[in-house]
Amino acid sequence: MGDRFEYRNVRVDGDAAPIIEGFSARIPADGLTAMVGPSGAGKTTLLRLLNRLDDPDAGDVLLDGRDVRSYDVLDLRRRVQYVGQVPVTFPGTVAAQVGPDVDALLARVGLPAALADREADRLSVGEAQRMCLARALARRPECLLLDEPTSALDTASKAGIEALVRKLADDGLTVVMVTHDPRQASDLADRTLTVGAP
Amino acid sequence: MNDLSGRISWADVGLALLLVGVSMVISRTRRTGLERDIAVATFRSFTQLLAIGFVLDYVFDGNAALTPVVLLVMIGTATVTSGGRGKRVPGAYWIAATSVSAAAGGTLGVLLVLGIVPAVPRAAIPLGSMIISNAMNTASLVMSRLRDDLGAHRREVEAHLSLGETSTEAAASWHRTAVRNGMLPIIDQTKVVGLVALPGAMTGMLLAGASPSSAIRLQMVVMYMLLGGNAFAGLVAGRLTISRLFTADHQLIRSLRRVAG
Repeated sequence: MGDRFEYRNVRVDGDAAPIIEGFSARIPADGLTAMVGPSGAGKTTLLRLLNRLDDPDAGDVLLDGRDVRSYDVLDLRRRVQYVGQVPVTFPGTVAAQVGPDVDALLARVGLPAALADREADRLSVGEAQRMCLARALARRPECLLLDEPTSALDTASKAGIEALVRKLADDGLTVVMVTHDPRQASDLADRTLTVGAP
Repeated sequence: MNDLSGRISWADVGLALLLVGVSMVISRTRRTGLERDIAVATFRSFTQLLAIGFVLDYVFDGNAALTPVVLLVMIGTATVTSGGRGKRVPGAYWIAATSVSAAAGGTLGVLLVLGIVPAVPRAAIPLGSMIISNAMNTASLVMSRLRDDLGAHRREVEAHLSLGETSTEAAASWHRTAVRNGMLPIIDQTKVVGLVALPGAMTGMLLAGASPSSAIRLQMVVMYMLLGGNAFAGLVAGRLTISRLFTADHQLIRSLRRVAG
């Protein structure tokens, strides 16, 4: 399989100095790619360029060989789902947020079907993070962007989410995961992209 | 006759200044440090009212064609005030100008077209000034509230955007809150009208010798006009603020998101 994403000489400006400068890399379509690097290196910024929550100040970002800016942005974001560090739940039940396929999706992310009628703000952090994954999967994405998906979780929930993320990659989704934890990257990912290495 | 209009002389105004003296004395003895502010406020109100008095005399006295100019100056001042309050929103002055003009034009237009008030300076200027000053407050409240809320709830907003929602959809709940917030003062005022305070227009008519029943009718028109005007202003300010806080590609503008990592 070819490249899903490509960064070409990307620069993103910060308040004073560039956060990212002259960054180029390719992310293959298959499997799980971990983006690692020290905090402040710009990993989150790079991830946000892939679903256009942000745009580079110079350089290009490509999806399937085409500039991401050439796609309809709403369609791009549906195809390339993003799940952040801290799970964000909206007011209402789990079912209301996940949509009509809630039963199948909850099963897919390892949540009991009984949670469908629970108010989302009453979930534990680990459950909420799984629900966010279910909500993202409900859009039938081709790619999943995960920003430190386990950093807010306890050890038990962390192992569960890691196994789930691995399974989603094995099911054929392109998964790009930002992590500051080299152990997590080497255990989980098919390849590692290092950001901000000296 | 109980008509007070024309009965207040400059000597009476001078006597009323004694009350300002009282507030100065209180401020001095209680060490509130407000003497200077009181003096400035008194001086400004004196000169501003004197000036508008001359202007209105001139406009009412056969120069009705200047009415739009007076209203435009009021809109300009309201724009500068409200735009200054909301200046952390890009294009705040432009948003303020549009929302205040929409409120004034829309509301005053309806009143004039339906013939509820006559198209004369004596009606258009005071009513317009009330709409403009209220719309100014609403526009300021809506702009600053939306900006603060979208900044504080950046994660939630971006979670909505990430699911493929438009910026309008992603900001909807904060948009509602901001417009509500901008509308509540006038709604509360409308609810307690006559119970807590007799509002300005009605007070003015009573002091000028009008009958209470005609004073309340005018006051009703004024309250409903202000409700309408503030709704216009809130709606326009909210819509325009959202269009300035997101890019055309449904991204939060950079000053609202500080991303590390």
